[in-house]
Amino acid sequence: MRELELYFGPQHLGMVGNFSITLQVEGDRIVKATANPGFLHRGFEKLMEQRTWIQNFPLVCRINVVEPDHMELMYAMAVEKLAGIEVPERAQFIRSIYLELARVGSHLFGLWAYANMLGFDTVANWAMYHRDLILDLFEELTGGRVYHIYLWPGGVRRDFPEGFEDRIRSTLHTIGSCVPDYDDTFFHNRLFYERAHEVGKLSLEEACRMGAVGQVLRATGMKKDIRKTEPYAAYDQVDWEIPVRTDGDAYSRIWVVRDEMIESVHMIFKLLDKLPKGEAYQRIPNPFKWKIPENEVYVRCESSRGELGLYLVSEGGDKPCRAHFRTPSYSHGLTILEKALENESIADVGNIMISLYITAPEIDR
Amino acid sequence: MSQSVLKPFKAIKYLFATPKTLRYPFELKEPALRYRGFHVNDWETCTGCGNCADICPNQAIEMIEIPELVSEPGKTNKRPRIDYGRCCFCGLCIDICPPGSLKLTRDYFHIHFDPETFVFVPKDEQTEPGKYFPSDEYSVLKASLSHRRKDYDGFVSDLKYSLFDPERVPMPVVPPEERILSFIEHIIGYDREEARKEAARCLECRLCEEACPAHLKISDYIHAIFEDKPEESLKKIYEDNPIPSICGRVCMAHCEKACSLSIRGEALSIRWLKRYAADTVKDFKTALELHPGPPTGKKVAVIGAGPGGLSVAYFLRLNGYEVKVYDALPGGGGTMRTGPPAYRLPLESIDRDVDYICSLGVEFFFNTRVGKDVLFEDLLKENDAVFLGTGYTRSRSTQVKNYEKCELALAFLADTKIGKPSKVGREIIVIGGGNVALDVAREAIRLQHIQYPGEKTVVKTVSLEDWDEMPATEEEIREAREEHIQFHPAWGPKEVVVDESGKITGLQCRKVKSVFNEQGRFAPTFHEDKEMFMEGDMIIEAIGQVPDFSFIPEALFNKLEFTERKKLRVDENGMTSISRVFAGGDIVNTNMDAVTAIADAKIAAQGISRYLAGETVSA
Repeated sequence: MRELELYFGPQHLGMVGNFSITLQVEGDRIVKATANPGFLHRGFEKLMEQRTWIQNFPLVCRINVVEPDHMELMYAMAVEKLAGIEVPERAQFIRSIYLELARVGSHLFGLWAYANMLGFDTVANWAMYHRDLILDLFEELTGGRVYHIYLWPGGVRRDFPEGFEDRIRSTLHTIGSCVPDYDDTFFHNRLFYERAHEVGKLSLEEACRMGAVGQVLRATGMKKDIRKTEPYAAYDQVDWEIPVRTDGDAYSRIWVVRDEMIESVHMIFKLLDKLPKGEAYQRIPNPFKWKIPENEVYVRCESSRGELGLYLVSEGGDKPCRAHFRTPSYSHGLTILEKALENESIADVGNIMISLYITAPEIDR
Repeated sequence: MSQSVLKPFKAIKYLFATPKTLRYPFELKEPALRYRGFHVNDWETCTGCGNCADICPNQAIEMIEIPELVSEPGKTNKRPRIDYGRCCFCGLCIDICPPGSLKLTRDYFHIHFDPETFVFVPKDEQTEPGKYFPSDEYSVLKASLSHRRKDYDGFVSDLKYSLFDPERVPMPVVPPEERILSFIEHIIGYDREEARKEAARCLECRLCEEACPAHLKISDYIHAIFEDKPEESLKKIYEDNPIPSICGRVCMAHCEKACSLSIRGEALSIRWLKRYAADTVKDFKTALELHPGPPTGKKVAVIGAGPGGLSVAYFLRLNGYEVKVYDALPGGGGTMRTGPPAYRLPLESIDRDVDYICSLGVEFFFNTRVGKDVLFEDLLKENDAVFLGTGYTRSRSTQVKNYEKCELALAFLADTKIGKPSKVGREIIVIGGGNVALDVAREAIRLQHIQYPGEKTVVKTVSLEDWDEMPATEEEIREAREEHIQFHPAWGPKEVVVDESGKITGLQCRKVKSVFNEQGRFAPTFHEDKEMFMEGDMIIEAIGQVPDFSFIPEALFNKLEFTERKKLRVDENGMTSISRVFAGGDIVNTNMDAVTAIADAKIAAQGISRYLAGETVSA
């Protein structure tokens, strides 16, 4: 049969984000897929070298539009490690609660994208609405809905407002009460199973070899989570489980996302119960005179898409000398995507891509 | 796992639920209380320091001059202007704002055809009425930067989370019970770590530099201390102030009153940091590397080796003039030598500064009283110019009945510091509420502890002014109270009471009605019926000082012009109405402190240089 080359994205309707894939197809079977990043390169890492330590805060969160919070965390943790700043215990708990809220929000956003892609618009709209409820919480806590600029080195930028803990609980109850509806309509829906089962399959060996992280890795049976292996913030203060599946296909990946959301909500309740009193911020040095001793650090965390890392170098000046983010979408979007698309049908490109949770801004930066 | 094709139809029940979508603009969603929307700025409290513009990561803020505002010490006439094409609403400007005048509101709508309107100078409801509306008059259809809601603060400054540190590094001091036993310097001074930590608080907004009469480059020398380069710091100080050891201890610190950190927190310890720089550098000569300029062949005589005289000598010497300084005291420093007690300003500190100026080749003639040991006319004849920095050297007296039994403040202070301390009483009354009175009282209490160890003694002060008007600095009052000096504010002396042998038994006082008249001039009035007798065996008058011009021959003195506040009138070059005679310090300015004398000296030194170079016409 004749081989064709197709461009999937960035203008293609099925593409989410500024990303493109070149497909070599035979009939509707994909023979070879080549990822084309670069449409969203904004030069963040270079920009960071020209701004002072504090001025980078409003910048780093913009690297990833879907989930800015883990970017903030990475930068804050790296700066704290470089400058030797201690974070008060209460701030650690607030950070964990805040990051888990961000994870739930990000997963709901992902669920919207995925359900929308498969044509499950009802569930997609629910997910978008429930994400909005979480954005309301962020707005109250930080003053911004999407870009929060809330995690500072030394803690957090403001403490919880009066009665905020109860509002987190009630919002999560509202979302949680809809889980049976989500399950009936989507997760236990036979159509979802038919569309996602055995699609974009990845073996454990392949996932490990190609640097899969996050739920892509956990869907192949590997029980790995940075929050467990290298606990940061207050993740070692409460008990929680790592959800795992073994099939390695799109269906498993979305189920891991679902289970993770529920685990995160449970974790927030546990963290809220144990939230200590005290200061939420340890004052950082005067930003106009803030010089950080010469050193280099690498920090990592488990973002909602998997392991996120930051390599940050200081030359003893008032600005970083080099910053480099290691983002989960980088390996997912380039190597794994190409592998997962092989021998799949054209109709499943969006399905597989979103199940791998690829966000273009993370790849390009 | 049970998958179903029928169960998903349960979602049909949502068809009958209330829609979640808001029907904008008929249904509005109230932004959260911390919402980061458009700015407001309280122009009254905004100091125009420009920290917001400095920290803005997007260079969205520019400080623009507002012609209708007047710059004053601690406040410029600049205000931030925000370009909403660049602003990312991160709120860094809010967290760095020292007065907390800049705030973000919950307004976030601006719709306009003209892109210029997105460049915006934020004001507030008070400064810009007619643009802010209560919620019942507000319409979202008109929402813009000129149609906003009243009382709609969102993200505002919180001192606990501010990016600047409102708290000073505490200065170690000798505790009161220990320090009153001797004349030991009670401010211990910062060590290296403390000084660097304190210097790191400086935001470098330079409001202080405008407020300093001598315009020292404060931000620069503080920055050098932060960088652990005290020599660099001292070099910067010496550009404008040649007596850092003295000023680092007794400066009136006009700068600290203007410090932007002082608005809601504690001002930067600028004075103590200057002292740190001066005390840390052991060898001024090698650190400063200053040399007199090429000789001009011109000679200048300076009368009085106080801050003004020392400074004018230093500046002129650096310009290559031959300078001779005459002073009646046995050492340099003038009033600084005799006035400020040793626990605040030890003689060694004064001598360090004077010795350095001397090492530059300035000739000093101590124990030489002009008018007696050397004549003013002769100085005028022998030199190309003369600088008068004679200061206020005579104490004023209350002139109440038996006043001649009292001691005078300046003589008491001078005897205690550089002469033989007088025998003090057990119950001392000090008349006056200024810094000199408190210096006298605090010296007296130390002398009592030395002369009557273990015995019951007391020092009281009587002042016309009440607590809130007392001219002494807050710091001085606090330290005096720590040392258990008794205060009797709002009482005026009526009569010094003596017994038959002529010994003082106490002071008869009257209650003060008011100290100043409606024009704000000093004109005390008293309640004639409220009197009090205060027991005491020694009374010291510390109610002010007057200058002594007796060294100037009468013919010349008559040519001198004075202002209505009885100050010598000088022109913009510091020259008096007598040609070739320049003046500065207490006899010229009304601030009457060391740093203002230095400022005068700078003007006079430049004036003398210009005059002797023939650039100005003689008066």
